[in-house]
Amino acid sequence: MPQQVVAMREAFGTTLVELAKEYQNLVVLDGDLANSTRVDIFANAVPERFLEMGIAEQNMVGVAAGLATVGFIPWVSTFAVFLAKRAIDQVRVVVAQPHLNVKLAGGYSGLLTGKTGKTHQSIADISVFRAMPGMTVIAPADSMECRQAMVAATAYDGPVYLRITRDLSPLIFDDAYQFVLGKAVPLRQGADLAIIATGVQTVRALQAADLLAAEGIQAYVLHVPTIKPLDEDAVLETAARCGRVLTTEDHTIVGGLGGAVAELLSEKLPTRVHRHGLRDTFGECGSNDELLERYAMTPAHIAAAARTLLSR
Amino acid sequence: MVGAPGGVTAVGELEHLARQARRLIVQSIFTAQAGHLGGPLSAVDLLVALYFAVLKVDTSQPRWPNRDRFVLSKGHSSISLYAVLALRGFFPIAELATFDALDTRLQGHPDMTRLDCLDMSTGSLGQGISAAVGMALGAKLQDSTFHTWVMIGDGEIQEGQVWEAALIAARYHLDNLTVILDANGLQQFGWGHGSDLERRPPAEHASAAFRAFGWEVLDVDGHNMAAILDAYRQALTIRGHPTLINAHTVKGKGVSFMEHSFNWHAKVPTQHDVERALQELQDPV
Repeated sequence: MPQQVVAMREAFGTTLVELAKEYQNLVVLDGDLANSTRVDIFANAVPERFLEMGIAEQNMVGVAAGLATVGFIPWVSTFAVFLAKRAIDQVRVVVAQPHLNVKLAGGYSGLLTGKTGKTHQSIADISVFRAMPGMTVIAPADSMECRQAMVAATAYDGPVYLRITRDLSPLIFDDAYQFVLGKAVPLRQGADLAIIATGVQTVRALQAADLLAAEGIQAYVLHVPTIKPLDEDAVLETAARCGRVLTTEDHTIVGGLGGAVAELLSEKLPTRVHRHGLRDTFGECGSNDELLERYAMTPAHIAAAARTLLSR
Repeated sequence: MVGAPGGVTAVGELEHLARQARRLIVQSIFTAQAGHLGGPLSAVDLLVALYFAVLKVDTSQPRWPNRDRFVLSKGHSSISLYAVLALRGFFPIAELATFDALDTRLQGHPDMTRLDCLDMSTGSLGQGISAAVGMALGAKLQDSTFHTWVMIGDGEIQEGQVWEAALIAARYHLDNLTVILDANGLQQFGWGHGSDLERRPPAEHASAAFRAFGWEVLDVDGHNMAAILDAYRQALTIRGHPTLINAHTVKGKGVSFMEHSFNWHAKVPTQHDVERALQELQDPV
């Protein structure tokens, strides 16, 4: 595992500045969280295209839709939980239904939100946005992939939801990596079982695979950065190859990556699937290590889930 | 001429068009056997004046980039907007018979993916005004000269998002934005009991509230064409603040048995109702 750790949110902020050079019509909207989501990096570098919208997320999404109709590419930034829950009707009516070119950046996604607790932990955003027709849903594994995903998202004409995390986390991709919108990425070969993961949980999945390898279990690891549209071929091929599938995500097991994989396989290639993630529970406050332990989200827990899957 | 208003500024002609629009509204709802009536009827004078005397649009280029924008935030009054768009020449009047039908361009609530002369899709209240704020803000950023108009209802201002939009519009000094409040004094069900006339208004103090938020506010009789035109002209001269035109209207205006009635919010008229209504809406000899 590489040594370098970078905060995805910082990559998010700096990439916006980079994109602003190529796209003169790119603007960034903030819901009074710029110094948390790190769009303050953009605010300082490109102030004339930074639009503070205050603590009013529903209006912010609507304003972005209006801006999109007059030729702008708006990136809307707030905490993931406020996009997926509070402003979801606005996303539906003025962004998704008319298929407008608005990019939604959900910061502080998953369990690890700097001890802000259950109101701020976005653990069902993938489910919510998966069920939104016309939406593209991306959860990058690290800062390198986040940057590349943003480049792809900005070039794509249509609504996109990007899931971003707060804290330092390992880099698993380097300059040689080429993110492709809609394509899953095999990261580790193996045939005993497949671990299908998304977002930062992919890093923990790789760590779990190392733990399993020490016991002689070879796990295939498929990283799925684009949950919608799902790379169905890659998931089917993976299931056919390995016969047993463990999904894992920093998210509820209801309707997220696990749901997407289970839905597909049950229809097209019935396979034993075990969904690992948050078990239909809200979160709470704690340190990152404490939360990962309490909610059974560590590499050791993923490995344990894999062993359970194999024992059936 | 590209981007000209409809060129109709004579009050008599605008009233004539409004009467025609009312007939089309009543007939269309009957044909569809569905839809809203009270709100479309209260809005129609305001929409006729806007589209025929003020809005710079081009019926041959509905998506002309520098056109004036209009958003019907009270989207359930769509039939009113469709009637005016048809009269204005964006599509054939006969197409109004397809309102709410399968595969129609004229969806029950405005759908910009189906009809290209719509600037935004609406239907969930409180949302169109935010989109209009975005258009006006975009115009400022690009130094575009178009003006953005948006119509909201007085029931609609119960939605908190309206006030989010109001705060932001004032903060960004969007003097290229005008909000028309179709204040017809009723909503779908509302507060009260007994007869229709006992219903409490959806929202009082709208003018004071918008002023408090930093808006310029003009109060106007929403059925007096001359006053409406005056208000629109005045709104276009305001600098530094967005403008609210608080148009005092009557729900169901133009059809005596529908006026002042929350029951006619979304009731389908009978054939007999239609005949009575058309009788009342005949052009004076």
